[in-house]
Amino acid sequence: MAEPILEVRNLVKHYPLTQGVLFKKQIGAVKAVDGISFELHKGETLGIVGESGCGKSTLAKVLMNLERATAGEVLFKGEDISKLSGAALKAVRRNIQMVFQDPYTSLNPRMTVGDIIGEPFEIHPEVAPKGDRRKAVQDLLDVVGLNPEYINRYPHQFSGGQRQRIGIARGLALKPEIIICDEPVSALDVSVQAQVINLLEQLQGEFDLSYMFIAHDLSIVRHISDRVGVMYLGKMVEIGSDEQIYEHATHPYTQALLSAVPVPDPTGREGRERIILSGDIPSPANPPSGCRFRTRCWKAEERCSTELPLLAVPSLEGPAAHESACHFAAEREVEQSAA
Amino acid sequence: MPDLIEKTADVPAQGATEPKPEKPRSLGSDAWHDLRRRPIFVISALLILLLIVIAVAPSLFTSVDPRAGDLRNHFLTKPNYGHFFQPDWFGYDGQGRSIYARVLYGARASVVVGICVTLGTTILGGIIGMFAGYFGGWADAVLSRITDVFFGIPLLLGALVILNAFSTRTVWSVVFAMTALGWTQMARVMRGAVITVKQQDYVTAAKALGAGTGRIMLKHILPNALAPVIVVATIALGGYIALEATLSFLGIGLQDPTISWGIDINSAQKVIREAPFALFFPAGMLSITVLAFIMLGDAVRDALDPKLR
Repeated sequence: MAEPILEVRNLVKHYPLTQGVLFKKQIGAVKAVDGISFELHKGETLGIVGESGCGKSTLAKVLMNLERATAGEVLFKGEDISKLSGAALKAVRRNIQMVFQDPYTSLNPRMTVGDIIGEPFEIHPEVAPKGDRRKAVQDLLDVVGLNPEYINRYPHQFSGGQRQRIGIARGLALKPEIIICDEPVSALDVSVQAQVINLLEQLQGEFDLSYMFIAHDLSIVRHISDRVGVMYLGKMVEIGSDEQIYEHATHPYTQALLSAVPVPDPTGREGRERIILSGDIPSPANPPSGCRFRTRCWKAEERCSTELPLLAVPSLEGPAAHESACHFAAEREVEQSAA
Repeated sequence: MPDLIEKTADVPAQGATEPKPEKPRSLGSDAWHDLRRRPIFVISALLILLLIVIAVAPSLFTSVDPRAGDLRNHFLTKPNYGHFFQPDWFGYDGQGRSIYARVLYGARASVVVGICVTLGTTILGGIIGMFAGYFGGWADAVLSRITDVFFGIPLLLGALVILNAFSTRTVWSVVFAMTALGWTQMARVMRGAVITVKQQDYVTAAKALGAGTGRIMLKHILPNALAPVIVVATIALGGYIALEATLSFLGIGLQDPTISWGIDINSAQKVIREAPFALFFPAGMLSITVLAFIMLGDAVRDALDPKLR
C-alpha cells in the first residue's frame, strides 16, 4: 500500500464544561474525541462510521484545524499540522479541504457561484493568476458536471445535488490532496446521492485524491471506501478493509451496527438475526470506565470495566485479523452459520 | 458513470426550476422584485420620496419665507382651505407666519435628524454588535454589558441631560445626543444576527479555506446579518423623527431660528382652542412621516425574511 499521507496519533478533543459566570471553573469535559489513531494512505478512501454523537464530525473539524486538538498529533506527510497557525496553517489548508453535509447552509446565499468557487483563489492568489480565475472557475464547474454558464447564478437557484456539486468544486479549487467529506450525501435524495458518490469516485481517479468519508449510511460507506473505521463514543473501535469490517467484524459494536442495516431482500431477511442493543449511548462527558461499549455489550465481563481494550490485531485467523478494540474480539457465530 | 453526470448537468438547462432563461437574481433583487408589488411599500415609499423632495427643496412648493411674520395675519385668521398651495392654505400661526410654509420647511430638520441618527446608530451599533457577536467570550461580555448600561438610560431623559450641556443646540447636537443613546438597539440586533450567521457552514467553509477575520466578517457575515438590522433601522427612523419632535416640543431639542414640527406643535398647544389648525398641520405631518417609515419597515421586513415567503 502507498505511504500514509495523513497520520493521526492519539488525537484528543475535549470540550471543557464550566460553571460560574465570571470566574469559570472547569467541572469536567465532554470527551468528543478521545485518543484516536489511524492512517490515511495516498489515493485511498477511508470511511468513518458510527452513530450520531460519536465524534465523527468533531474528528473532521479537528483534522481541518477548525477546532484545536486538546492533545495528540495530526501528521500531514510527516509534519505535525495540529499546532500550526498563521501563514503555515494557511499553506497547509491548501492540501486538506472539506465537503460539508448540508448543501443548503454551506454556500453563502449572497454570493454568486463564481464568487463562491473563486473565493479559494482570492484567499490563495498564488494558485491561479488573476486573469485566469474566471476560466479556472468555469473549468471547475465543468469538472463537477455543472454548466459553466451558471457562473453568475446564486445558490438558491440550484437543487440540493447541484449545490453539493458547487461545494465539491470549491473544495477542489486549491487542488488539495485530501478531501474530508463530512456526510456529503446524507442531506440529499437517494437518487442524487448516487450521482454525487459517483462524481466523488470519478474525481478521485482524476485528481489522485485521498478521501476521508464520514457517514452513517453503512452501505454508501462500503461502496466508496477502501478501508473503514468504526467509531463509538469518541474512540475508534475497529478499523480494517471494507471486507474485513463488513464480512468479518470482530468488535461487538460493529456487529450490532451491521445487523441493523436494512436488507432489501425479504428472503435473506429471515435468515439473519438482529442484535438489539439495550440502553442509550452513554454521555461523552461521563463515559464508562474501561471499555466504552461495555454498558451495552452482551460479552461484557469484569475485565471490561477495569481494563481499556486497545486497538490491536487480535490473534485470529484470516481476514478477522485486523485492528479491533475488544478483549473478546471474535467473528460472530450466527453470521457464519447463516452464510 | 459519465452519462449520469451529463444528465444532471442537462436538467437545469431544460428548465426544471425556471421555465425561461432569466437574468440571475440575488436575494436583494428578489426582495426588490417582491417589494414593488406591495401596495403598502409603494404608498410609503412615495410618501417618503415626497417628504425628501420637500426637505431638500421646500421652495419648490411655496414662495413664502417661513420666518417672515406679519402680525396682520394673526393666528385667528382661519385657514383658507380653498387656496391650494397658497400661503394662507393652512392659516397663520401666532406670529403671523404661514403654517403651510412652516410645515414644508420643518420637514428638513426631521428628515436630517431621522436619517443621520439612523445612520449613526446603525454604524456605531452595527460595529459594536459585530465585534461582540463574532468574537464572543470576553469581548462579548464587556461589549454587551456596556450596551446594557447605555440601554438602561431612558432615551428621553438621557437626551435631556446631554442637550442641556450644549449652550446653542443645532441639528447636529440633537443628532449627537440621540446617536449616543440610541445605538444599543442596533448593537443587540446585530449581535444576535451575527451569532446566527457565524454558525453557518459557509462561514466554516471560508475558515477551512484559510480566509482571514476581515474577509469572513465583510464578505460572509455582514451581508447575511444585515437584513434584520435594515428592518429595525427603517422602523426606528420613524421613532427618531418623533423623538426629535418630542425634544423640540419640550424646548430642549432644536431652537428657534431652526424650523421644526416639534417647536411649532409646542407653540400651537397654547392656543389650541382658538386655533386648532395651528397644531393639527405640523402634528399631522409628523404622524404621516412616522407612519410612512414604520410601514416601509414592515414591508421591507416581509420582503427580506425568506421564512415568510
